[in-house]
Amino acid sequence: MSETITEPLLHQEPEAGATRRMTLNMGPQHPSTHGVLRVVLELDGEFIEKARPEIGYLHTGIEKQCEALNWQQVITLTDRVDYLANLSNNLCYSLAVEKLLGLEVPPKAQFLRVLLAELTRINSHLVWLGTHALDLGAMTMFFLTFREREDLLRIFEMFSGQRLMTSYIRPGGLALDPPRGWEKPVRAFLEDFPSKIDEYESLLNANPIWLQRTQGIGILPVEEMLEIGITGPLIRAAGIPLDARKMTPYSSYEKFDFKVPTETGNDVFARYTVRMAEMRESLKIVRQALEGMPEGPTRAEAHRVVLPEREKMKTQMEALIYHFKIVTEGIAVPEGEVFQVVESPRGELGYYVVSDGSGKPLRVHMRTPSFGNLQGLPNLVEKRQISDSIAIMGSLDFVLGDCDR
Amino acid sequence: MKRFLRRFLLLDLLEGLWVTFRHQSPDQIATEQYPSERPAVSERYRGAPRLNVHPETQETLCISCNLCAVACPENLIVVGSVRNPETKRKDLVHFTYDLSRCMFCGLCEDACPVDALELTQDFELASYTREGLIWDRQALEEGPRPTQYRQ
Repeated sequence: MSETITEPLLHQEPEAGATRRMTLNMGPQHPSTHGVLRVVLELDGEFIEKARPEIGYLHTGIEKQCEALNWQQVITLTDRVDYLANLSNNLCYSLAVEKLLGLEVPPKAQFLRVLLAELTRINSHLVWLGTHALDLGAMTMFFLTFREREDLLRIFEMFSGQRLMTSYIRPGGLALDPPRGWEKPVRAFLEDFPSKIDEYESLLNANPIWLQRTQGIGILPVEEMLEIGITGPLIRAAGIPLDARKMTPYSSYEKFDFKVPTETGNDVFARYTVRMAEMRESLKIVRQALEGMPEGPTRAEAHRVVLPEREKMKTQMEALIYHFKIVTEGIAVPEGEVFQVVESPRGELGYYVVSDGSGKPLRVHMRTPSFGNLQGLPNLVEKRQISDSIAIMGSLDFVLGDCDR
Repeated sequence: MKRFLRRFLLLDLLEGLWVTFRHQSPDQIATEQYPSERPAVSERYRGAPRLNVHPETQETLCISCNLCAVACPENLIVVGSVRNPETKRKDLVHFTYDLSRCMFCGLCEDACPVDALELTQDFELASYTREGLIWDRQALEEGPRPTQYRQ
């Protein structure tokens, strides 16, 4: 960051006769930067000549902290990386550790993971839609989406005991069996939600203000997007069906029938359309997971990895010994390194995990979608007005916790 | 022409207003009147910790195995015990739980082999001081004692 402060961008003396440019700090407390993003804008009147996002205000050292914790304790930190899509992060880390262990998760756990990951996607898109529309002046959306999000958070609370920091998906399966009566709220949500999406679209799709502020804004050439490493709904709105769920199926995604929605508009409106379509597709996946839910255990048969069932642990000496060993020493993950990719609501989320054979990871690195997507911001807002930059930033849908780790 | 008419007659606006208006009906209210109307948290809710005692003898169930302290990612549990020379068991002397650093992940609860430590459904944990959030054995067994106000 010190490098950018000495940059001439900030201390540029206006030349005599030249138009005076103004340097303006947007953020880190600006409400439309959704967190603590600071954008240094160089302005020519109302137009942005140059923009530079300054990240690092939410750097919490999660990657380093992972090295100090046991394999199973790291799960609590992965929740906090992307706090709007915590189950995707749980899933990615668990898949990476399972890959190292060579562990196969029972089909029921896989289906439940898919179900929860897709509900997380809807949850995250609802927050995005609410805040994005709020930034552009459509305040009603915020209330409507947050009301539906509440239903989802209740489902997450029912499963895991927490609304946001779920820590529900663990290496080897799930933390607990699904609660009794879990299907009822999920089915109720599936029943209600399609009409709610129609309601959102009836509010926005014909809204002239919304259309004028989103259509034809925030266009970046596709080649440039690919160079920067933009993934997720942004690249799909540019017409490229890049989706880790289709390309490298994990957690039995290959058994599900779903489409990868794409658009060719490549503007803010196209990203909105793609995300709305994705919510519909997610509902389809949730329904399929619910209908085709296999029977069986939700945790793998691996006594060195998964905590034994409580009944067994209280009655069998061997199970109790493994219980003590797992808690005190951690899971013994074999030496090696692995990179696992999942499709988080924001794009391609990757966990690079290195093990030295001990009870703690040697290195956990996250390739987070927000970081990649945010790199497109300078090019996207160049030569646009400040008000457009709000729409563009909203369409990028970054989470600063995800970006800074 | 149709589009022009729609815009001229403000039909888009009226449609939007109608959606907003529909949500005025009393059965659409999502707000909870918090202190008088408490939310029902789920069965598995991870809230205030409790150290369970035997319902008849009132003796603690904790066997001072220290597993919860080891399992905690934040190292906020401190278990103190002395070896009893007669029974050859560890007797619990003190147990502190620092709620100011707790993130309610529930790993301690999972680790406890005798179901002594439990995260309950109690979610009202506010305290006026930082020290008030460090719960000792008594607070963990009996539950917190919030300040009572009378009018």
